[in-house]
Amino acid sequence: MADQPTALERLIQGILPENPVYRQLLGMCPTLAVTNGIQSALTMAGAVAFVLVCANVVTSLIRNLLKPHLRIVVFTLTIATFVTVADRFLAAYMYQMSKTLGPYIPLIIVNCIIICRCEVCASKQNVWISACDAVGQSIGFGLALASIASVREILGSGMLLGWRVLPAAWPDWVIMVLPPGAFLTLGLLIGGVNWLQSRNVKN
Amino acid sequence: MNIEMTTTSTSNRFQNNYLVQAWLVLLLASLFGFILAGVQATLGPKIEANKVNETREKVPEVILGKSKAQELSGGGGSLAIDSRFISVEKQGKTKIYNVFEARYPDGRVAGWATKVTGQGYADKIELLMGLDSKAENLTGIFILGQKETPGLGNKIEEDAWRGQFSGKSTSQPLRVIKGGASDAYTIDAITGATISSRSVTDIVNTSVNDLKNNLVMDVEQKGKEK
Repeated sequence: MADQPTALERLIQGILPENPVYRQLLGMCPTLAVTNGIQSALTMAGAVAFVLVCANVVTSLIRNLLKPHLRIVVFTLTIATFVTVADRFLAAYMYQMSKTLGPYIPLIIVNCIIICRCEVCASKQNVWISACDAVGQSIGFGLALASIASVREILGSGMLLGWRVLPAAWPDWVIMVLPPGAFLTLGLLIGGVNWLQSRNVKN
Repeated sequence: MNIEMTTTSTSNRFQNNYLVQAWLVLLLASLFGFILAGVQATLGPKIEANKVNETREKVPEVILGKSKAQELSGGGGSLAIDSRFISVEKQGKTKIYNVFEARYPDGRVAGWATKVTGQGYADKIELLMGLDSKAENLTGIFILGQKETPGLGNKIEEDAWRGQFSGKSTSQPLRVIKGGASDAYTIDAITGATISSRSVTDIVNTSVNDLKNNLVMDVEQKGKEK
């Protein structure tokens, strides 16, 4: 398989060139829903990273046993198992956060980033490359969520992680914390990324 | 020739059997099932404890008020908290309340707290409501869970608003008015969040109505026993 990307390529690709949120536009549900605060965004990114790495490793281990017409069932089964583990873990050790995130942790099961990585990489390449791929994509997803969440938290409350960033006179833009703020921020940031990309291409 | 054909078709039929095709799925499903059972067995008790503690921790504060609760725990004392369930028959439905009975170290009843839920503006509101030892006055409320509009409805969580409930009388239902609440039966609405304000007040009214007589009866019975 000479044409398949190497481990390092997979790792780097996931962070920016193939960023799951900004370039592939996958995983929009958590991207929009839990980015009203940086803490919940980072917890979500952590949970997704855990599931993604585990699912990619398991899928890669059993890749030679997969039957084409049953592969999606196996992917979903694997993902659902690790999501349930993550969900229970959060409820046991980060109870308040687990309440804040509510249904969005179980919803990682239907997060397209993970099933996409199983299909594109883990079901075709070895464990090491799949793990690197998962780490790269997780970093990319984490960066994307953190960037959106920082914008929303700063503009919406003037604070970041409890620290006042904008002067106290800042009129909190409540809309940024509400769902419309998620769409506005995501749209503008994707626009920004595309603009940078097109400038790079021209140069 | 004939025998050969039969074996091929048998083996084909065997290979095309759904269960045989799905052996990997079945195997993984049972394996994952065991893993999840193990996770649940390990973490389940801790999760349950989290749920109970979350409510229990707030009971002294909601019954005594923040400063007195701190005073008590600062002096090394603590309220003894008993949890029990009171079921109320209403319109053919049975509603079960989880009631916490708090006693001072000397055995006197300090008050009651109960966890109640009701519909808010966006989603269910879950709150802890405190009553004094005779269930005559509210001692306070504490919002345990809500998903009201940030910046407007979520002000129900703030001390300034929920503090209004402390000391209100339970002899008649509380009413929500827009500004100027002064007597023991009125609550000021939050500007721009009348529905959230009303929801909380309704939840309190309903539970007071359901529980008051039960609790008072309880106290009287215990008094007779003594």
